Amino acid sequence: MDLSAINPVLLLAALLAAATPILLAATGELIAEKAGVLNLGVEGMMITGAICGFATAVETGSPLLGFAAAAVGGAALSLLFAFLTQVALANQVASGLALTLFGLGLSALLGQSYVGVKPPRMEDVNFGPLADIPLIGRIFFQHDLVLYLGVVLVASVWAFLKYTRSGLILKAVGENHDAAHALGYKVVRIRTLAIMFGGACAGAGGAYISLVRVPQWTEGMTAGVGWIALALVVFASWKPWRVLLGAYLFGGITQLQLNLQGAGVAIPVEYLAMSPYIITIVVLVLLSADKAQAPASLGRTFHASQ
Amino acid sequence: MIRLVKRPQPSAAWSYGAPLLAVLATILAGGLLFFFLGKNPGEAIATIFWEPLFGEFAFFYRPQLLIKGAPLVLIAIGLSLGFKAGIWNIGAEGQYIIGALCGAGVALAMYPLNVFWLFPAMVLAGALGGWAWAMIPALLKTRFGTNEILVSLMLVYVAEQFLASMSLGLMKNPEGFGFPGSRNLQQYPAAHNAEIIANTGLHWGVLAALISVIFAYVLLTRHRLGFSIRVTGDAPRAATFSGVSPKRLVIFCLGTSGALAGLAGLFEVAGPAGQVTIDFNVGYGFTAIIVAFLGRLHPVGILLAGGLMALTYIGGDIAQSQLGLPAAAIQIFQGMLLFFLLAIDVFTNYRLQIGRQEAA
Repeated sequence: MDLSAINPVLLLAALLAAATPILLAATGELIAEKAGVLNLGVEGMMITGAICGFATAVETGSPLLGFAAAAVGGAALSLLFAFLTQVALANQVASGLALTLFGLGLSALLGQSYVGVKPPRMEDVNFGPLADIPLIGRIFFQHDLVLYLGVVLVASVWAFLKYTRSGLILKAVGENHDAAHALGYKVVRIRTLAIMFGGACAGAGGAYISLVRVPQWTEGMTAGVGWIALALVVFASWKPWRVLLGAYLFGGITQLQLNLQGAGVAIPVEYLAMSPYIITIVVLVLLSADKAQAPASLGRTFHASQ
Repeated sequence: MIRLVKRPQPSAAWSYGAPLLAVLATILAGGLLFFFLGKNPGEAIATIFWEPLFGEFAFFYRPQLLIKGAPLVLIAIGLSLGFKAGIWNIGAEGQYIIGALCGAGVALAMYPLNVFWLFPAMVLAGALGGWAWAMIPALLKTRFGTNEILVSLMLVYVAEQFLASMSLGLMKNPEGFGFPGSRNLQQYPAAHNAEIIANTGLHWGVLAALISVIFAYVLLTRHRLGFSIRVTGDAPRAATFSGVSPKRLVIFCLGTSGALAGLAGLFEVAGPAGQVTIDFNVGYGFTAIIVAFLGRLHPVGILLAGGLMALTYIGGDIAQSQLGLPAAAIQIFQGMLLFFLLAIDVFTNYRLQIGRQEAA
C-alpha cells in the first residue's frame, strides 16, 4: 500500500469533476420534486443523455454540442414520463421505473456503434493567471465549462425558487396542487415543464460521465449515479445548496475509493467499489428523520375533477 | 373538447383488457422499431412470438420457456404483494444474487459430500439469504422511515460487487485453472437442481413458482393478511383504523419478496446457470417488475405475464441470432410494454368525455 501515491490536490480537483454528474441530475430532480413530481427515471434519462451527448460529440466534433444534444435527449425522454403521469394519470413510481428500464435499453441500442470510440476532448476554460496559482489554481481553475455551469445552475435554481414569482408558483403546485389549481395555475403545464427541466439536467449529467469523466461509451455506464442523485435530493432536504454540498461529498467518496484502488490498499477492489452505495444508505438513514421539508403533494396524482 | 372523467367504479372490462391492448400496442410499436432497424417487422415479430412455440426447433425452445419464466414469476409474485400495499421493493435483483450466493455457498462448503439433505439445505439458505437482504430496507424503513425504494436499489449495486468478489475470490473453483467462477454445480449431483422430467425444463424452481402462485392467490383472496395488504394499498388510513400494523406489513411484504427472489437465484445457480460467475445476474429482478404490473398484480395474471415475458426473452435470442436484431431492441420492447400498459390503464379508472363540458 502506498498512500503517498494519492495527491490531495489532484484528489480535490477530481472531486469537483466526480461530483458534477450527480450535481446536475440532482438539481434537475430537485425542481421536479419541488413541483410535486417524483421521477424515478433519473437513471434512464442520464444514460440516454450520456449516449445522445456522446454520439453528437463524436459526429460533430464538438463536446458542447454534445451536451446540448444530451439535454435535449434527456428532456425528450422525460416527456414520456410527463405524458404517463400528467395526461394518463399513471402511478409515478411505476412510470419512473418504466422510464429507467426503457432508457437503459434505448441507450444500449443507440450506442452499439460507439463502443470503443474516443470522443473529442472537452477543453478546460482558460482562466489565464488564475490557473497558475499554486494549489488553488489546480483545484479550482483547470476545469471544463460544464463543471462551472453546474455550480451556476445550483445558484440559479436557488435564486429562482427563493426570489422569483415563477419559483413561488412552482412550489405552490408542489405543496398543494388542488389549491394551486383553484388559484388558476396550470398544474399539468407547470409540472410538465419541471419534468422536462429535470430530464435536461439529468441528460447533461449523463453526458458529463461519457464525455468528460470516463470518457468513453459502455452500456449501463451510469451505474446507479441517477439513483444516488435521487437519494441526494432527500439528503439535501430539497434545498439547492445542500445538493451542492451532498454532491461534493459523494464525489469525494467516489474519487477517494478510486484513488485507494489505485494505491493498492489492502481492501479488495469490490468492497471499495460498493462504498458509495453503502454510504448513500447510511446518509439516507441518518437524515430520514428530517422529512418535514418534502413537498406535500410529492408523488400524488393530480386530476382536475371539477 | 376531450376530457377525462373519473369512473365511480374501476371498469372491470378495461382492467382485463388493458394488458392485452398493451401487448398489441407494443407489437405494433416494436414492429415499427424493427422496421427502422432495417428488419422485416412481420418476420421479426413472428420470430419472437411464433418460433419458440411452434417453429421448427420448438422442442428445444419450449423447455426454455419454463426455465426463463420460473424466476420471473417467482420474483414477480413476491413483488406484487408489496406493490399492492404501496411497498416498493425494486431491489429484487440484489436479493436474487444474494440468494444464489448463500445457496451455492452451502453447496460449495459441503463439496464433495453427496447427501440427500444438501439440496433442501441450499433451498433454505437461498430463501434466507434473499430474505435477509430484503430485511435491510425493511428494518431501515420501519425503524427510521428510510425510503425503501432507494435502499433496496442501492443494495443491488452492493450485491453485484459482492458477487464479483465471491466469484473471483472465496467461491472461485480451486480446480478452475485460474478462471473466475465457482465449481459447476451441475456436476455435483447432490447440489444440482436437475430437471424433474428430462428435457421438459421442469426443474424445482418451476414447481416453486407454481406453488407460490397458488399460495399468493389463497393469501390474497382467503386470508386476513391478504385483505390487510389490499386495504393498505387502497386506503392506508382506513387500514390503520381497522387494526393493520403498517410496520408488520412492510416486514412481511419485503421479507416475502426477498425470500422468493432469493429462491429464484438459488434455483438458477444450482440449475440452468450452474455456477457463480461475475455476470450471473441477467436482470430478472428488474424484468419481474414489468411482469408484476403486466399481470395486474394478480397471481394468475403474473403467471401469464411471466410466460409472455419469457417468450420475448427466448424469441429475442432467436431474432438476435437469425435476423441480427440487437439484444437491446428486446430490452426496449420489454420497456415499451410497461409504458403502454401504464398509459392504457388510465381507462380503467377514467372514461373519455367528448364534447362540451356540462354545466355544473
